[in-house]
Amino acid sequence: MTAPLLSFERVSFTYPGADAPALSNVSLEIQAGEFCLLAGLSGHGKSTLLRAACGLVPHFHGGRFAGSVKLAGLDSREHGVARLGTFAGVLFGDPETQLVMNSVRAELALALESRGHGAAAVARGVEEVALALGIDSLLERATHELSGGEKQRVALGAALAARPRIVLLDEPTSQLDPVAGDELIGLLRRLNQDWETTILLAEHRLERCLTAADRVIALERGRVACDADPRSFLQWAARRSPALQTPGAKLFAVAGLEPPPVGVRQARTRLREDGLLPAGDRSDRPALAPRRRSRRTRLAALSMRGVWYELRDGPAILRGVGLSVAPGETVALMGRNGAGKSTLLRHAAGLLEPTRGRIDRAGQVALLLQNPGDYFLHERVDEEASVEALRAAGLAGLAGRNPRDLSGGERQRLALAIVSGTVQPALLALDEPTRGMDREAKAQLARELHRRAETGQAVVVATHDPEFAAACASRAILLADGRVIADASAAELLAGGWYFATETARILGGSGGALLPEQGAELLAPRARVEVAL
Amino acid sequence: MGHRTLFYRRMASPLHATRAGVGALWATSLVAATLLLYHPLALLALLAAVLLAAGRAGVGWLVPRALRTALIVALPIVAVNVLVSRQGLTVFARVGDLGPFGQGNLTLEAFVYGAVIALKLTLLIVITTLAGLAVDPDELLRAFRRLSFRSALTASLATRMLPVLAADAQRLAEAQRTRPRTGPRGPRARVLLLGAVIGGSLDRALEVAATLEVRGFASAPRAPRTARPWSRHDLAFAASAVAILAIALVGRMAGAAFFNAYPTVEMPINTGTLVLAPALFLAVLLPFCDRRGIEP
Repeated sequence: MTAPLLSFERVSFTYPGADAPALSNVSLEIQAGEFCLLAGLSGHGKSTLLRAACGLVPHFHGGRFAGSVKLAGLDSREHGVARLGTFAGVLFGDPETQLVMNSVRAELALALESRGHGAAAVARGVEEVALALGIDSLLERATHELSGGEKQRVALGAALAARPRIVLLDEPTSQLDPVAGDELIGLLRRLNQDWETTILLAEHRLERCLTAADRVIALERGRVACDADPRSFLQWAARRSPALQTPGAKLFAVAGLEPPPVGVRQARTRLREDGLLPAGDRSDRPALAPRRRSRRTRLAALSMRGVWYELRDGPAILRGVGLSVAPGETVALMGRNGAGKSTLLRHAAGLLEPTRGRIDRAGQVALLLQNPGDYFLHERVDEEASVEALRAAGLAGLAGRNPRDLSGGERQRLALAIVSGTVQPALLALDEPTRGMDREAKAQLARELHRRAETGQAVVVATHDPEFAAACASRAILLADGRVIADASAAELLAGGWYFATETARILGGSGGALLPEQGAELLAPRARVEVAL
Repeated sequence: MGHRTLFYRRMASPLHATRAGVGALWATSLVAATLLLYHPLALLALLAAVLLAAGRAGVGWLVPRALRTALIVALPIVAVNVLVSRQGLTVFARVGDLGPFGQGNLTLEAFVYGAVIALKLTLLIVITTLAGLAVDPDELLRAFRRLSFRSALTASLATRMLPVLAADAQRLAEAQRTRPRTGPRGPRARVLLLGAVIGGSLDRALEVAATLEVRGFASAPRAPRTARPWSRHDLAFAASAVAILAIALVGRMAGAAFFNAYPTVEMPINTGTLVLAPALFLAVLLPFCDRRGIEP
């Protein structure tokens, strides 16, 4: 057996000022050419492990470090980040902080110039990596003009330009729409298969990348809790950490089927073999048209009629949007990056005025923008929102804490308490609230939104996450190029697509409108019973 | 939500197609001419040429913006000079005793001199804005990296971070607008917001520093020299820069652009002046006539 490309030997690490270690006695080896997935809940050590792999821990962050990390035979205690970076390309979640030059060409060239490559090698390297990642058409563009998906591809290109032997990725798809996210994972798979580049990828939405992985390493409180192939990992998750299960695995577990499937194809094959796959694929059904405006517009919490938003000397961002949201209704707003979701929510909250059309609101509209941290101005939680609002959000016990020290879910709830205020808003609008959240925090948020809807609040959530949309919304609207292209019940819309569909719906071909594993299992149960009886 | 930003973007124009070093040299020659010349006719010719150049470079929309900014700075200069200057013989208003400033005699000469300084400042603002929008900062800094890699990269980062931080500030301000009206108002609210923006930018700076560390910034050697053939636009703008500088120098030394504000305004318009102004105008605009090969 050859020496591992990356090895951790009894590594423990505590950040400066932290009480508990972020990594605790971690030992693992990664061979060249492996595609490894890092799984785990938020705050359980995935990012720290990646940072330790490239030497940022401890060289950049400081803290108490024990054990040894070796990358391509170099001990991270003896070699600096720059030296280790010769072998490792790194891609973090937020592309904004990884693009340091003004143009794409300069961005890709920087990594090569920093390593002392000559002019010809730099020019060739830039062209090659741009062609390999399909970003050659972006080379002359300014980095600040790129979309989120384009920025992430360019950042990946910059990480790959110097041809590292391993690429370390920390939730690279968290800010991407489903299409761009799938493209990025496909790209990683190609790099791994064609160039034998080793991949170590930390990701919350495991269903998106499990089929590409050779191996899954799950971390719990900084320790390696599971290190196995994807199928064994899913079996472990079913027993020990259900929050890490993929929807497909959960569907099988609830339906009493074994073993858990790794991906949609495997699940469908198994169900077909067992005669459990419901007949009647929905792909041949006509496309969903935008729903006609309700006659009860006057009673709506929010009503938009022919809303346009056209930039001076620029494009139209919204094009004649018409929709009505009733009190107590929960609506998921979906679509690709740049489809107009955020602009629509800003109009709903009155942050932007339409250039044409009319918007009526039944009362206050509370808007929660993408980053909850943007709402925090004070050093203490109780300075941010009233005692009643904190109590309602279940944060009364955290009144003395610094808002920036809260967990992702707590930050989200505090931001909700801040924007809701003391008066119940007629409509609560949330813009991509689940970015970077693990499944547990998403489930909590979905429950909170249901609770609010039950009190009569209308809720509109812009999201890229079909699983979250299915868990929290009764209706879904698909936007494209500033237009409403589909408006239907969540069961109809999220069961019929490829990208904007839940994994359960893709496994079951949209049958019965089942979106969540529990619904899918109910659909399978009678058939399974028949099978057992036979 | 603005469609246009005050940052470089490669467009189809002769100035954008010129190598950054030459573009910067051309802008520097315009700045030098602005500083060397005082005759209002020469300065007006230069301003007209630069505004037309901005239009030919595809960034004509900057003109109202830059002029607005210039007006905000220029008007107080004229007003202060009229109030403070004790030179000039042509009094057009008496405002009585101004305490430590003595008698308030406002003179025409002080007004004209203030207006000329304001005109020069307006020119400098328009030229630097045009250069900022049409000269590739990455390419320019790349040239400087051969001298000092880290300083140039830091400068490059600063220019890159400007739009990012501007977007951050806009996002935070939007978030505050969505809060119910119960929090602090006025200056305290602004101080809190500023604190949040600074805190956020420090977080960003940390992440950017981590990215640079991994990419080998710390061990970066001197940037390699890249050979690149001179294009027709490189040659045209280099020639234009030399011509602008020569015309301004010769005009200044030959007295063709003579101007004196005190004690009385002297602003002769002679043959030299009548040659200087159109010569400057043409020298600035001629390189924009050739539009071959300007596409990115």
